[in-house]
Amino acid sequence: MATVTGVSVADEMPGPDGRTPLSGDRAGTGRLGDRLFGGAALGAGLLVVALVTLIGVFLLWRAVPSLANNDANFLTSREWQVDGQHPRFGIVEMLWTTVAASSIALLVAVPVGVAVALFITQYSPRWLSRPAANLVDLLAAVPSIVYGLWGLRTFGPKFEPVQAWLTDHLGWFPLFAKTSISGSGTILFIGIILAIMILPIVTALSREVFAQTPITHIEGALALGATKWEMIRTAVLPFGRPGVISASMLALGRALGETIAVTIIVSALSQGTPWTWSLLNGGETFASRIANNAAEFDSPQKTGAFIAAGLVLFVLTFVVNAVARVVIERRKAFTE
Amino acid sequence: MSTATPATAVARTRAAGRPGSPQPSPALSHKARSRELKNAAARVLVWLAFLVALVPLVWILWSVVSQGYHLLLDSGWWTHSQKGITARRQGGGAVHAIQGTLLQGAVTAAISVPVAVMTAVYLVEYGRGKLARAVSFMVDILTGIPSIVAGLFIYAVWVTTLGFQRVAFAVSLSLVLLMIPTVVRSTEEMLKLVPNELREASYALGVPKWKTIVRVVLPTAFSGIITGILLGLARVMGETAPLLILGPYTKSIATDLFGGYMATLPTMINQDRTESLQPAVDRVWAAALTLILLILVLNLAGRLIARLGSVRK
Amino acid sequence: MAKRIDVSDLNVYYGSFKAVEGVTMTVEPRSVTAFIGPSGCGKSTFLRTLNRMHEVVPGGRVEGKVMLDDEDLYASGVDPVAVRRTVGMVFQRPNPFPTMSIYDNVAAGLKLNGVRGKKALDEVVERSLRGANLWTEVKDRLGKPGAGLSGGQQQRLCIARAIAVQPQVLLMDEPCSALDPISTLAIEDLISELKSTYTIVIVTHNMQQAARVSDRTAFFNLAATGKPGKLVEVDDTQRIFNNPSVKATEDYISGRFG
Repeated sequence: MATVTGVSVADEMPGPDGRTPLSGDRAGTGRLGDRLFGGAALGAGLLVVALVTLIGVFLLWRAVPSLANNDANFLTSREWQVDGQHPRFGIVEMLWTTVAASSIALLVAVPVGVAVALFITQYSPRWLSRPAANLVDLLAAVPSIVYGLWGLRTFGPKFEPVQAWLTDHLGWFPLFAKTSISGSGTILFIGIILAIMILPIVTALSREVFAQTPITHIEGALALGATKWEMIRTAVLPFGRPGVISASMLALGRALGETIAVTIIVSALSQGTPWTWSLLNGGETFASRIANNAAEFDSPQKTGAFIAAGLVLFVLTFVVNAVARVVIERRKAFTE
Repeated sequence: MSTATPATAVARTRAAGRPGSPQPSPALSHKARSRELKNAAARVLVWLAFLVALVPLVWILWSVVSQGYHLLLDSGWWTHSQKGITARRQGGGAVHAIQGTLLQGAVTAAISVPVAVMTAVYLVEYGRGKLARAVSFMVDILTGIPSIVAGLFIYAVWVTTLGFQRVAFAVSLSLVLLMIPTVVRSTEEMLKLVPNELREASYALGVPKWKTIVRVVLPTAFSGIITGILLGLARVMGETAPLLILGPYTKSIATDLFGGYMATLPTMINQDRTESLQPAVDRVWAAALTLILLILVLNLAGRLIARLGSVRK
Repeated sequence: MAKRIDVSDLNVYYGSFKAVEGVTMTVEPRSVTAFIGPSGCGKSTFLRTLNRMHEVVPGGRVEGKVMLDDEDLYASGVDPVAVRRTVGMVFQRPNPFPTMSIYDNVAAGLKLNGVRGKKALDEVVERSLRGANLWTEVKDRLGKPGAGLSGGQQQRLCIARAIAVQPQVLLMDEPCSALDPISTLAIEDLISELKSTYTIVIVTHNMQQAARVSDRTAFFNLAATGKPGKLVEVDDTQRIFNNPSVKATEDYISGRFG
């Protein structure tokens, strides 16, 4: 007879040898199992929390001594002298290069990415949507080092005439002024390479949002006699706007943190080069300066300076990603 | 755009078309034409954008394949390392780099998969309230961390603080930081897709919660979880930044994760990226093609498993 | 086998919200008791307290007593998991485990509780499938996935799975509402056979079904929206349907509301 105290009919089933009945514990209530397993799951979650906290703490810990020792202002100095007794280092140059390159990337990737997303969801023939989406996603599967290699050796030489044209005809405009950099190792060029790299992010997320446009909005616009483009402008794009913004922020985060393609392609500038607003100049982003000096982290002070730069990058990407998430969460609050 | 909202167009139609007159007025059809022009232009632009997006893809694949394929056809590529080969000489292979990439990938997966899957289990099956929100938030932060910062962090802990050498295991640790968030999110999705009714059916049979998760929920979500793992692995195998900080290159085969030098495909490419001597250039492109092939294989395997898994249901 | 259930003054809460109030009733062994009432009146909620499934939802708790013969299901020290082995449940939508074959589905309750031994499992699977009137239809394809059956067959599979662990009581939460009329009839016939072995409680929104299948019927109702559900009347099925004592019962049965 079964009772509710933990013994059940399953206990009276024969065990593996077919003769003796099982004792109570095989069909036990699993209390221990629940405690162990639940504990392991909780432990994994706590480990993740600990890891992220550790990252912040560690980087700060290692950066602060170098920052304290810094003779120059970290936020406004253009110098980067990290050796010796009186280091002077600041992030202005890296900030400019990073922001300029990422901005170019966004300016190119967002319109093109949104257009491609519209293509896939609204304009392409049915049989083409899936393959088209897969093809664009394939751009994301190419590793950054291959982008760097291709940019340096194949696309770069082809882009140099374009840059020459820009300096010849538009060189009066500060953004396109001629600089000492002659090859394709410029901010403008890497901005375009980054645009290609982040395009799949913009497209994939925008695609998702556009596909979720409520059919009632679409039909409402069409029923008023709107052309396809007008329907998209009045129904699809407004609905998808938070998603596109969010996608752009995430893409921006990716562009900010890209390391190896930038390191390979962009010509680093030597210390003391005069300041120019030209996009046809070289430079180093946060990521590429760290990468370029990776072999020389021999003193804690030096390492600390680079870690400080890494921290700024971390904060930048964190803010950008947080904005992306807030935008998409606020939209969810309205529609759900 | 002053003329083209659908509402005003309708109003104008009503105003312009008199009863009994079959033709619309010239003013109306002129405006309609400009709307049609915009519509056609939009269509053209959108198609153009798609083709423009395809250009770099085709170009990159063409560059890599056309310059790299011939070395891959040589069996020596897959069996020899670069030991003793200088930039000037032809010959040697990439087995040291392939093996290094695979080995580091395996170690990374071995560490990150259990942590990530259990974290996802926590978030979906156990987590409630503030702690679950904190864990989810932290996973989001990890998602956004640039690979160079992950490498820097591991460097700061492993080398600067603990005083160890820069070794392949440290590289794997930084790749673990990058792989965990991807696998957590994809596993979370898969677990959420398991209908609650299955959990209820299991509880109603008197099965404890942990066994329900292990024997019912996880098996049901299994193929999706594997897909997420393979896609996450494909992503980290192409990462180079942590390798620059923590993984010095060598031309020979190395299997010691703590031995100090190990070759990987990305560092093999990076090593000779500016070489002008043809044999070295050939090898760089061939290594790039090998890396792309490896990532493609993982991606395809992941999608195949996803499709097979759903067919069975 | 087949125990009697005595419920005294049971209140069911989800957090601070009282879902069901003051239920006192008896379910006779080896009989079929039906719970009827309009949507949202708490009949399913109350059903779930009989095998402590309401506790799966965070905040679910009860005040009061539920006695299975002479044991209180809610006494301290009683493990809900063990309760559920004694009081089985079949759900509204058939939910066979998708990764398991028909055989493994039926055996799931036993296998997941550590029972081994092919011969013993074979016997149980056959016995349960016969008991669920499904054996002849599936005996040649026990290895096929459980999800490949029709809706009615899947539900009988779930019944077979539930009776495989030989519970004392079988709870059924609207077992036929997702099925076509022919499968419904098959399940109703099955219920009539099963009652000779188990105590059965069935929640149904279909009054005719309650009239056909049950020996006793309990009518639940809501005082007003937002108020807890209550047990209005419980009696022999014949008397409830022909001569109810409470006006609300009569109104519901004659279709004036619900």
